[in-house]
Amino acid sequence: MNDLIDINKEYLLNVKKLGVSFETDEGIVRGVNDVSFQLAKGKTLGIVGESGSGKSVTSQAIMRLLPKNGHIDPASEITFHQNGDLLNITKLKADQEEMRLIRGGKISMIFQEPMASFSPVYTIGNQIMETVQLHRHVNKKEAKEITLDMLDRVGISNPKIRIDQYPIELSGGMRQRAMIAMAHSTEPSLLIADEPTTALDVTIQAQILELMRELQTDLHMAIIFITHDLGVIAQIADEVVVMYLGELMERGTTREIIKEPQHPYTKNLLKAIPKLETLHGRLTPVGGDIPSPLERPSGCPFHTRCIDSIHGKCEVKNPEENRLSETHFVKCFLLKK
Amino acid sequence: MTLNNKLIQVDNLKVYFPIRSKGIIRRTKGFVQAVDGVNFQIKRGQTLGLVGESGSGKTTIGRSILRVNEITDGNITYHLNGDSIDLTALKGSDLRNFRKYIQLIFQDPYSSLNPRMTVRDIIAEPLVANNLVNKKEVDEMVHETAMRCKLNVEHLRRFPHAFSGGQRQRIGIARALVSNPEFVVCDESVSALDVSIQAEILNLLMELQDELQLTYLFIAHDLSVVAHISDQVAVMYVGQFVELAPTDRLFNAPKHPYTEALLSAIPDVDPDYEMKPVTLKGEIPNPANPPSGCRFHTRCPYAVELCRLDQPEWREIEENHYVACHFAEQLSLKGIPTS
Repeated sequence: MNDLIDINKEYLLNVKKLGVSFETDEGIVRGVNDVSFQLAKGKTLGIVGESGSGKSVTSQAIMRLLPKNGHIDPASEITFHQNGDLLNITKLKADQEEMRLIRGGKISMIFQEPMASFSPVYTIGNQIMETVQLHRHVNKKEAKEITLDMLDRVGISNPKIRIDQYPIELSGGMRQRAMIAMAHSTEPSLLIADEPTTALDVTIQAQILELMRELQTDLHMAIIFITHDLGVIAQIADEVVVMYLGELMERGTTREIIKEPQHPYTKNLLKAIPKLETLHGRLTPVGGDIPSPLERPSGCPFHTRCIDSIHGKCEVKNPEENRLSETHFVKCFLLKK
Repeated sequence: MTLNNKLIQVDNLKVYFPIRSKGIIRRTKGFVQAVDGVNFQIKRGQTLGLVGESGSGKTTIGRSILRVNEITDGNITYHLNGDSIDLTALKGSDLRNFRKYIQLIFQDPYSSLNPRMTVRDIIAEPLVANNLVNKKEVDEMVHETAMRCKLNVEHLRRFPHAFSGGQRQRIGIARALVSNPEFVVCDESVSALDVSIQAEILNLLMELQDELQLTYLFIAHDLSVVAHISDQVAVMYVGQFVELAPTDRLFNAPKHPYTEALLSAIPDVDPDYEMKPVTLKGEIPNPANPPSGCRFHTRCPYAVELCRLDQPEWREIEENHYVACHFAEQLSLKGIPTS
């Protein structure tokens, strides 16, 4: 029964065996290796991982915004559903008209540092209106109306005054709201949010998360939410992908990942978070250091820090993805069924 | 109040930064009240956690104790071997000689280490710069401190770029501890680290504290991290303390509405936990032009006319539990259970 639904379910985004390599002076760095996941319309997928885990590279590959030295494997597939058509994003050229319309139009993005994402020499309104005009084929007057409406919707007071202000005149929280207004102004079907609340204070973070939830319901858009904060993930995501050194370790529903984690890395990571329920005593660190991407371990990338690693197996071969339930997948030899 | 083993006492600390007009004369046209009348003390071997939103003045307090910015008013008293030293009055060589007792651990382990110096030279710098010991002893002390901070002593001749984020932060800690300080200001010292590394550095800081009887001022915006390492926690809002209490008390039974709002906004890892953040109206006020009365009244869900008119007094409502709110006794605020 469930299988049937699965087959018929239309995925908005289907990433299959994504691999990205970077040519650097020190050699080839594998940024992302063999990552697959799907995202249904209107749902939120959280990608968690530490620095160097490839979470941002994955989003850059979807947006085709990789730096010049980054290459997507020819065998990788990123299928995006657009107006009933299936588009393979990896087959498009990054600067092709079609891709340019998707980027910032059907797929929008918000970043961690809103100050760096806005141009300092144009007003907020100017920049949002430019996006609206480009992607929604409206004239200047209509674009201005859409912009004012959007600024109002994200909770910016006095939009008529704010529209003529420069990014520097807004506070951090307001700037992130303006960024969100810009990202939503084109009515995207997918929003990629790369650490959107990391630079913000907790009370502002709570407001921004609430705002994103509201807009998601209104506009029925899907979100890929990239963060290192498992607390934020637990509050916003329907499904979670856990990445480590460019590879997917485990994926499943938020409940599966947080309540019943199966991969040693996910388990350790959850234990390492300082929790208010257990204030006293020492924390449980994962142990070891994140290896340099230039010295990728052989076999399973986590084996160098895994206390349960099986000698003669984990350092030799990279485990295949195991399916534990309809939604729960894990890459680990310990969980071979 | 005799011998209660306090190491540092801060009374009515004020730090105002002048806002100067443009032009040649650069007349002072106002002040940013970065810190405005803050009182606290820290006992030897304990940790005071300092939380608050960006721009609330946390770092300025740390920098004032380190004497890297001018202090407008107030006293900082440091108890050294039974003597009371007025930190605000120290000058010239006295100040220089005193610096070895107070050290700082920075936030970013990437930008706070000179890429052209070897790890050994980085750790040795406080000793060399302050002319504390002779050359032979330097090597010995660097070695000992590096071991204590769980650095591989074989790697002391390498440059920082060869190290990961966690190892770099350990280098930064070793540099802070090499001169045997008593008091360490940790300004967002684990904020830039990954979760799996952060736990290790926090553990190391707690171990070193036990071993060396260190006293910490731990500044951070992550409340769970602060809760773990601190004996008492102070909450700052626009240059002032709004609440100060032993850690468990502050989290379980907050007495200030701003503390309640902060606690309610912590995202919990339990997906079944339904977050109900207290929504604060408006924006954080500008410290150059703070609101009248209670500074929090513009955003406080419980504010009444009195809050706009009168600044609430900083008072001790229970033993060691300080708060600045007119209605601290009447409000029943929601905390988070800890154990």
